[in-house]
Amino acid sequence: MSFGSPMSAYDEQHLGELLNALPPAPDAWVRAAKEIPQTRERLQRIVERAEADDEYRRRVVANPEAALEAAEVAAQADTVEILRRKLDK
Amino acid sequence: MSMRVELTDAQLVARCREGDHEAWNELVERFSRYVYAICVQAFKLPEHDAEDVFQEVFARAYEHLHKLRDDEAIRPWLAQLTRRLCIDRLRAAAHEQPDEDVETTEVDDTITRLDEALTVHEALAFLPDNCRDILDRFFARDESYRVIGEALELPSGTIASRISRCLAKLRLELEGRNPEAAAS
Repeated sequence: MSFGSPMSAYDEQHLGELLNALPPAPDAWVRAAKEIPQTRERLQRIVERAEADDEYRRRVVANPEAALEAAEVAAQADTVEILRRKLDK
Repeated sequence: MSMRVELTDAQLVARCREGDHEAWNELVERFSRYVYAICVQAFKLPEHDAEDVFQEVFARAYEHLHKLRDDEAIRPWLAQLTRRLCIDRLRAAAHEQPDEDVETTEVDDTITRLDEALTVHEALAFLPDNCRDILDRFFARDESYRVIGEALELPSGTIASRISRCLAKLRLELEGRNPEAAAS
């Protein structure tokens, strides 16, 4: 962890202002960001299965939202887009 | 609040790259406030746009972590990524409302202040739990003395003096790491 940023003075008021400048991000946003690796792994499993199974691939292409939901991944627009991109490769 | 303060940013990035999910959680914890603040304070994005940018920043960071040349530079890398995505978002909105413009000087000043704020926030992790908690609740979460007193089971009359003592510890922590600033 680096402490290299320029600090002016460490008086109480300034410290208070700086602490106040970083409120927590909403919990749900942070939770969703933490789930990115698991989401990506589940997406990868869908892609690998689609590569090995043509019928499954057709179903995923026709209805990616259903495939994501079956894999317990929230079918948000950006996730659907990532899945489509991976299937197109 | 971070429990893995012993890890430098570079060590954390390296562990994330190895697929360590706990390290990823820590990386999100360490930088979520910073990314959020850039979106809503520097670029003043409305909440729903800020949420989209926030998720996109971490999604891209996860995807492109291997492209980071200097692992210690994760903070400026994330700031730059957030800045770019915020500008894209504002430009997209400007198609509908052409009056919208980005004041880059003001944005730069705000991000400089947020950088300093993150440095102070990181130093909090080296204080005792009780100090960390009370300072975060009072300053960052804007909790009242009454709410803090109830949560921490402290008489509200003692909270102001505790905050003052904890700020003094925080100041010592920061001065120990940056003696030049202590002298200014």
